[in-house]
Amino acid sequence: MISAPDVVAFTKEDEYEEEPYNEPALPEEYSVPLFPYASQGANPWSKLSGAKFSRDFILISEFSEQVGPQPLLTIPNDTKVFGTFDLNYFSLRIMSVDYQASFVGHPPGSAYPKLNFVEDSKVVLGDSKEGAFAYVHHLTLYDLEARGFVRPFCMAYISADQHKIMQQFQELSAEFSKASECLKMGNRKAFAGELEKKLKDLDYTRTVLHTETEIQKKANDKGFYTSQAIEKANELANVEKSIIEHQDLLRQIRSYPRQKMKIPDLHPGDMEHTQDQADQVSATSNPEESANADLYTCRPAYTPKLIKAKSTKCFDKKLKTLEELCDTEYFTQTLAQLSHIEHTFRGDLCYLLTRQIDRALRKQQHITNFLFEDFVEVDDRMEKQENLPSQPSQDRLPSRPVEECPIPKVLISVGSYKSSVESVLIKMEQELGDDEYKEVEATESSSFDPQENLDYLDMDMKGSISSGESIEVLGTEKSSSVLSKSDSQASLTVPLSPRVVRSKAVSHRTISEDSIEVLSTCPSEALIPDDFKASYPSAINEEETYAENEGGIRFQASVSPAELRETQEGSLENTPSQIDSSCCIGKESEGQLVPLPTPAYTLSDEDGVVSIPPQRYRQKDQGIHVDVMMENTDPSRDNSCEMFPAYELDPSCLLTSRDISKTSLDNYSDTTSHMSSVASTSSDRIPSAHSAGLSSERHKKRAGQNALKFIRQYPFAHPAIYSLLSGRTLVVLGEDETIVRKLVTALSIFVPSYGYYAKPVKHWISSPLHIMDFQKWKLIGLQRVASPASMGTLHTLSRYSRYTSILDLDSKTLRCPLYRGTLVPRLADHRTQIKRGSTYYLHVQSMLTQLCSKAFLYTFCHHLHLPAHSEETQEAVASRQTSFLKLNLGLMNEDIKVVQYLAELLKLHYMQESPGTTHPLLRFDYVPSFLYKI
Amino acid sequence: MLRWLIGGGREPQGLAEKAALQTIGEDQSQNPYTELLVLKAHRDIVRFLLQLDDNRFASAGDDGIIIVWNAQTGEKLLELRGHTQKITAVIAFPSLDSREADSQLILTASADRTVCVWDCDTGRQIQRVSCFQSTVKCLTVLQGLDVWLSGGNDLGVWNRKLDLLCKTNHLSDTGISALVEIPRNCVVAAVGKELIIFRLVAPSEGLLEWDIIEVKRLLDHQDNILSLVNINDKSFITGSHVGELIIWDALDWTVQACERSFWNPSPQPDAQQEIKLCQKQNDISINHFTCDEENIFAAVGRGLYVYNLQLKHVIACQKTAHDSNVLHIDKLPNRQLISCSEDGSVRIWEVREKQQLAAEPVPTGFFNMWGFGRVNKQANQPVKKQQENGTTCSLELIGDLIGHSSSVEMFLYFEDHGLVTCSADHLIILWKNGERESGFRSIKLFQKLEEDGDLHPAV
Repeated sequence: MISAPDVVAFTKEDEYEEEPYNEPALPEEYSVPLFPYASQGANPWSKLSGAKFSRDFILISEFSEQVGPQPLLTIPNDTKVFGTFDLNYFSLRIMSVDYQASFVGHPPGSAYPKLNFVEDSKVVLGDSKEGAFAYVHHLTLYDLEARGFVRPFCMAYISADQHKIMQQFQELSAEFSKASECLKMGNRKAFAGELEKKLKDLDYTRTVLHTETEIQKKANDKGFYTSQAIEKANELANVEKSIIEHQDLLRQIRSYPRQKMKIPDLHPGDMEHTQDQADQVSATSNPEESANADLYTCRPAYTPKLIKAKSTKCFDKKLKTLEELCDTEYFTQTLAQLSHIEHTFRGDLCYLLTRQIDRALRKQQHITNFLFEDFVEVDDRMEKQENLPSQPSQDRLPSRPVEECPIPKVLISVGSYKSSVESVLIKMEQELGDDEYKEVEATESSSFDPQENLDYLDMDMKGSISSGESIEVLGTEKSSSVLSKSDSQASLTVPLSPRVVRSKAVSHRTISEDSIEVLSTCPSEALIPDDFKASYPSAINEEETYAENEGGIRFQASVSPAELRETQEGSLENTPSQIDSSCCIGKESEGQLVPLPTPAYTLSDEDGVVSIPPQRYRQKDQGIHVDVMMENTDPSRDNSCEMFPAYELDPSCLLTSRDISKTSLDNYSDTTSHMSSVASTSSDRIPSAHSAGLSSERHKKRAGQNALKFIRQYPFAHPAIYSLLSGRTLVVLGEDETIVRKLVTALSIFVPSYGYYAKPVKHWISSPLHIMDFQKWKLIGLQRVASPASMGTLHTLSRYSRYTSILDLDSKTLRCPLYRGTLVPRLADHRTQIKRGSTYYLHVQSMLTQLCSKAFLYTFCHHLHLPAHSEETQEAVASRQTSFLKLNLGLMNEDIKVVQYLAELLKLHYMQESPGTTHPLLRFDYVPSFLYKI
Repeated sequence: MLRWLIGGGREPQGLAEKAALQTIGEDQSQNPYTELLVLKAHRDIVRFLLQLDDNRFASAGDDGIIIVWNAQTGEKLLELRGHTQKITAVIAFPSLDSREADSQLILTASADRTVCVWDCDTGRQIQRVSCFQSTVKCLTVLQGLDVWLSGGNDLGVWNRKLDLLCKTNHLSDTGISALVEIPRNCVVAAVGKELIIFRLVAPSEGLLEWDIIEVKRLLDHQDNILSLVNINDKSFITGSHVGELIIWDALDWTVQACERSFWNPSPQPDAQQEIKLCQKQNDISINHFTCDEENIFAAVGRGLYVYNLQLKHVIACQKTAHDSNVLHIDKLPNRQLISCSEDGSVRIWEVREKQQLAAEPVPTGFFNMWGFGRVNKQANQPVKKQQENGTTCSLELIGDLIGHSSSVEMFLYFEDHGLVTCSADHLIILWKNGERESGFRSIKLFQKLEEDGDLHPAV
């Protein structure tokens, strides 16, 4: 909308010139040369400069207890992507910054080993030598055979662009959290399965040992025990102890706080699906055995074997792979989510940023959006927002104020570009913070100074320059842990490390030339130095000693009443399934052990990573996604369309099946959020969904390119575009289908939609036109046939000439009304400097958005349409309208008609209570047409 | 093929089939209809439109379905199914007693030889009569007697409960083509060339049964009577296939005036001979009438004629108003005349007084009546002084509505909602005043805002 990558590209080049943009006083020898990689290619975007990998990728590494840090897999799994980049080395680097000292084993005062439900930590680090910067997401998975039952993993988003990582931190964090949650959930499931197996083994072993002991007892009449018997008894005791331990573990893993199982946004449907499966299973079988049933469905015939009671911690044993650690279904989902992340954050930072700003702005114009925008994602997001009124930080975009995204600044210069971006970031956070302050004031945990955050940003710049050899931890996010205190009811007890102290520590470390530098952190107890940590053990160890609470588990978090209410609603809704659910509550857990559906996970923090209680209803209207393409650019699909009678494709009919048409619009949108719905139906369709998203991106580019070509090639492009904007059907007449289709696709970017359904564009038609067609379609590709049959077509065309403008591609003529406005020349300047299709597309979008806001003003200005007093005549009202259009909106001549047409569409759309009640109107004017020739 | 001239909004020469016709081009500043809504529900020719009230109308046609529409939104309200064949007549069935005043009834006759009564509020078929010997071609309601008449091969009289009260003998095989009520409990039926006057006798002390008596046959027409319309209480008019227009006295059934010269208007003696040669019969058949206090407006062949009742001659005419037969005309309150034709177009005319010395171009239709050698209007537009002895008014074309792809059968004018046209292309089109609709929509928009509470959001 407000983006022009071409222009930004130039500013970006300058950005290299003043890399330390906050440090003008830097001595020259330290300054970074202008553009060191100019020899490799003039365009810095052709290759990510300095990095040994060609583009961003995701790396999953493990700190193996046997071999140390090792890379496991990359996404995309293509050696070309990371090239000569040393994954092993980088794995070492990223794994060494895990501050999550997970406490395992036997805690003092506890009889049994405890599992830690460790929160993920999120850090940003950079390796300036490698030219790699990474968002690193650490997580631990449970493995029965591993030391302390945990295995540390990390997922890293590696990019050569440091700013990308820094500025997209929240988004990355949110997305990776989803992936991590998914992975961990699968892991818990698998772990519970492992435990079940182990318990069976132990049980079997116990039985065997018991029998042996009994035999020995019987055999022993002498009244004293042989050493053998004592040994057996000891072993039996060991087994007993082991059984209790494992049962305890199983109980722990199953009683993993349900609220924490944040269902990843991306897969709600799928999760629901799996949960439903589980529910079904538990419904059919004894609930107590539901877990077993669920886990053993695939391998029902597990034969227990005799094992040693002492756990085997041997280093020669092969550890499980990541895939084995996780339930297969969840694992594939995680991979899908990761590749989704890779797709989402692919490309240049300025592009990502503009797209985000664009989305945020579009959301503010939800009334006019339907006219020109790719509305699917907006729509989806709006739904989300409606569902989460009290969680603004869930998606930070809606709360980002427009006025802080200065449009012109982006185009002016580097400095302003930078500063604007920065100010956006910070102010946004400030505002979010403001929102949160009320809520978190009680906990006081996440109140932080925006200025401080700015300092962090500065610091990371310093760091990246001063240290040549190092990996710098640029920032970590405060992990959004559930801070729960087992022993207190008050919510004020969740402490945080004192900010000042930490920032001092930070600045102190920045100077050092050591290999790992923590440059900046977000307030995070994950980064609390050990001395702090000791005093606040519960901050990290969120594990619950539920047995101590008589009423059950209480997760304390201070939440606003509204939030509380909602969470309760949300959790109440989920309570039944929660109890039924197999992996959550084990059979051992008595009623008192059932975690109360208390608001545990709504603790908001400034990062916008707030877990939402599972919200099943969110997907309800996206449930059915039939893969029916009503109308799109793909020729083959279009042909299939034409098998339907034309009337069936009436957009007004589409209204009733909005979902279907929405699906069809995938092709036009670059939305990735929409993937969720696709992904929800089946996970293996995700790749295709991605390719659809990509092709729409390409579609836009091509449409823009062809539109540019049209504007340059035809001097009468302006009246043609005016026709489209003013709702006069443009008929593109030609013999060659591909050429006509191409042009129709290109011009369709100027066609206003009637509503949230397919654009009124018919790409190719060969039958004579009908009056209904002009009511339905605003842009038609018409076949010219060199046969007598075509006479009918041409006859109707001339008969209905007052409703149409006719662009004859073969004779290169245009017949349409005169245009004398100023709007279209700006929209379609044939001398434009814009070269790229996507840029032009965005230019058009921005112009049209401006136009839409004019139409909005015109439509919703009360005094323009209603008489000021009862005696006022219609003429007075009309003259007021005209003067408003001319003077206030600055419209000339025919531009007025464009705005009036858009206003009518807005009115119709706004008043349309339920889809299908209003019919599309055909509005027309009695104006003479002219013939234009090249 | 598609070649257009650059230039002021004239219809191109290449599209010359309307050459003999007065054309208006695209610059129709007086044409208020700038918005249309196509209503598609019928599956065959739509022949009848009937206004039910200020906001609703019914349509019926050859598919045997009657559909009730909202004239404002174009919403389909009801679909009345019951007839198995095409519908031949539709008439409103006004109720006498106030008790039923709220329900709107209509009578429909169909080629399946049935007549049905429908409730247009509920869509219910109230009653159905199927004892007809022939297709009922016309229906009329005599409110004063609270009976209705069905005209087929014979004439039947029915009461409100659909009991047959009495009927005539078999009149003719072609049947009654038109039926009109005249004073003194009489009706006029057009049967072929004849006009037959019937008198209805209500039951009285001397007579128990209803009776219908043939009173008189009028044989003045040379050819089949196509149209029959009441002017007022004192007179009615008939028009025949050969262009005879006769005004009758409604009381004594005598000819008040007769006009037989539509194909041979006296004002233009010069060109008459050759014109007559190629004049087709069809071109002079009087298809439809409408009238107001002063004038009778007749659709004669392809032309339109305005006949003044006082002056007793044609005061304005447009010989080639359409490319093809004019099927229906109507006079709007604002001196406008609307005509629709088999050529699929609807034209809006205005009756203007001619200024005495104006060098105003006479509509070319006057002079380009030759069946051969059609000449473009612009090519040889003769500027003629108006004819003193003939037309004193002119019919000015102020707009045309092009939308239907086939013959426009009928139209209906709503004061508030515009024009409804129905056509042989199965469509009904709602033509609206775009500006006014836009204003309405704005008002509704702000009403909705008000209702939603968005207009004055709580601070």
